[in-house]
Amino acid sequence: MNKTVNPKDLTLDDDNGPLYAAHKKVYPQSVSGTFRRIKWSLMAICLGVYYFLPFVRWNRGLGAPSQAVLIDLPNSRFYFFFIELWPQEVYYFTGLLIVAAVALFLMNSVGGRIWCGYLCPQTVWTDLFYAVERLIEGDRRERMKKDKSSDPLKLERISEIVLKHSIWLMIAWWTGGAWVLYFNDAPTLVKELVTFQGPMIAYIWIGILTASTYLLAGYMREQVCTYMCPWPRIQAALTDEWALNVTYRYDRGEKRTSVKKAAELRALGEQVGDCVDCYQCVAVCRTGIDIRNGPQMECIQCGLCIDACDNVMTKIGRPKRLIGYDNDINIHRRQEGKAPIYRIVRARTIVYSAIIAAIGGFMVYTLATRSLLDVNVLHDRNPVAVKLSDGSIRNAYTVRLLNKSGYDRAIAIDVEGPANPTMHVVGVDSVTPDRPIIVIPRDSTSELRLLVTAPAENNPEKSIPVRFHVMDIGLGVAASATDNFVAP
Amino acid sequence: MTDHHSDIDSVSGKSTTGHEWDGIKELNTPLPRWWVISFYLTIIWSIGYWIVYPAWPLIQSNTTGMFGYSSRADVAVELANLEKIRGDKMAALGAASLADIEKDPALLALARAKGKTVFGDNCAPCHGSGAAGAKGYPNLNDDDWLWGGTLDQIMQTIQFGARSGHAKTHEGQMLAFGKDGVLKSDEIVTVANYVRSLAGLSTRNGFDAAKGEKIFAENCVACHGDGGKGNQEMGAPNLTDKIWLYGSDEAALIETISQGRAGVMPAWEGRLDPATIKAMAVYVHSLGGGK
Repeated sequence: MNKTVNPKDLTLDDDNGPLYAAHKKVYPQSVSGTFRRIKWSLMAICLGVYYFLPFVRWNRGLGAPSQAVLIDLPNSRFYFFFIELWPQEVYYFTGLLIVAAVALFLMNSVGGRIWCGYLCPQTVWTDLFYAVERLIEGDRRERMKKDKSSDPLKLERISEIVLKHSIWLMIAWWTGGAWVLYFNDAPTLVKELVTFQGPMIAYIWIGILTASTYLLAGYMREQVCTYMCPWPRIQAALTDEWALNVTYRYDRGEKRTSVKKAAELRALGEQVGDCVDCYQCVAVCRTGIDIRNGPQMECIQCGLCIDACDNVMTKIGRPKRLIGYDNDINIHRRQEGKAPIYRIVRARTIVYSAIIAAIGGFMVYTLATRSLLDVNVLHDRNPVAVKLSDGSIRNAYTVRLLNKSGYDRAIAIDVEGPANPTMHVVGVDSVTPDRPIIVIPRDSTSELRLLVTAPAENNPEKSIPVRFHVMDIGLGVAASATDNFVAP
Repeated sequence: MTDHHSDIDSVSGKSTTGHEWDGIKELNTPLPRWWVISFYLTIIWSIGYWIVYPAWPLIQSNTTGMFGYSSRADVAVELANLEKIRGDKMAALGAASLADIEKDPALLALARAKGKTVFGDNCAPCHGSGAAGAKGYPNLNDDDWLWGGTLDQIMQTIQFGARSGHAKTHEGQMLAFGKDGVLKSDEIVTVANYVRSLAGLSTRNGFDAAKGEKIFAENCVACHGDGGKGNQEMGAPNLTDKIWLYGSDEAALIETISQGRAGVMPAWEGRLDPATIKAMAVYVHSLGGGK
């Protein structure tokens, strides 16, 4: 027969526990110290950039958008300060993504999940939401007390809750609002949105991002990191023994005992640890773990437990950094009485840095040397060739000229391949019969139908390669494309 | 049944459902509440759907829903909106002259795009999707035109067709000289070879060129003109060039002369609106053969 026990009294063995545990609300305590200050500064930078970047202006001349960072979907242009990218240059984004991924690897091999702890949007916004919560409802103990309170319907409590959620929603709404500003001229869009003249899609996106920010930063919080985010799993495969993770230095922490007892035991010359079991590291933890149990998947390496522990160590007159960025190798070395060694430069970090430098360098190089004039040619497939009444052969091509520069360009087209060719661009009266000149407006493409006719004599019976040269007749900038000239 | 909240499995420490089979009990592992709630919400949502939208098939028809919504009506509205959006563009096309359309890059692009789709729907069955034509159906990419290759002439042919029965259609046909007994078969062979000689093609050994010229002068010059240069007024092809609608070998020519030819091009006036016909004319002209 089964014993009848209260499920609440049951403790699950950590190793055999389920992959999913019922949610326990985490009440992180406020803390001050080095890492908290770093986090505040990074939060200010990240949010400042995110919220205000759309309002930065950049003069690109008349008619062109004057927003520094703009994703202009209707016109298929991406503007980033002095860089203007076209859809066919989407590989720059691929490069950027690769660099970002390798940069994550590099961060991981140097300092573990520092991305998670300091820069991840989930962390940044959750931290902001915690700050609001603390400001209104008080610190850890007060919040726990209020949540347990049997009388949640007191006016004061209700007004607190309403206020908290209103501020959360306002932050979330601003987050969604800033997002859409990257896709349209920010000041104009703000005016339109306020007067309810904005495009429906903008309101929809604001709604989606308001909801996701509110839910993810207000409710899901650390659960995003433990259950939804793949990064904790991936980073386990990327980390190595030299990576600096937030580590409890058990070599000087154990055995744990009270301050008073520790002093007594030390006086007797016995070995005791610095940890006084004050649980401050647990109280401040965003993911509700005990760092003293060793490296854990839930740990986002934010370093707040280091601050909390340092504060306690200072108070009890022990050296700081009982918890610190360290690795197991050094703990073992200290236990053996050797000096710890730190290896930031090692094969892994060199390779990652080299990859970043190579791809980044290549991107900068191609960006700096890319042509602002381009030509694409597509041969007519049906019919591939036409025989004219005098027996000469004509091939038709669709030619796309791309003028990525900020000014109109007069482009001359030359063809090389068939003997004695004549060219005609549909809709254009050529001054010279074999060299049409077309004006391409700035920052645009023109699709032309180009007919190349060659007398049958001297031209081969089969396909021959043909090369189209296009040249800006004013500046001499040139580009070319190859195709084939086919006989019927 | 045991109250499952108090029935705890001693091994896992979890409560059971109270169901027991041969001493084996089922652990109570309910679905997450949010999942269950979403599931019920979808059920409620589907009921709303049944009421609001056409949903249930009946024997003869189906339930029409509360608002009489149908996707077919939606499409009709969308199409009407599309016409409205394109209205002023198409109006601009209708208002401009053919030559002006070719000169204006925006109008030219519009006419070519519009022309291409309409061509695909209406003309491609005969002329081919790229207008390359086939035997008896002219290639519209080349520079040989039965009824003229200027913008106006192309538009006229599209509008009224050839031998289409329309009042303004192009008329004129190749007579059946053999079938109607006008020429004897040896005369047909002779004149066929003569026509090949006009185009600079090889002729049968020992053919009588003088006789061919005579037969040609008596029967063919009226339409095909002196020297067989053709006549676009009558749709009579130029017999001296390198392009042959029905083939240039002797057998093909003999067939043409004996049986006659009278290909039909339908009139598109009334079936397509004037702006569309204009777009089509510009498109066909831009294929490259236009004069």
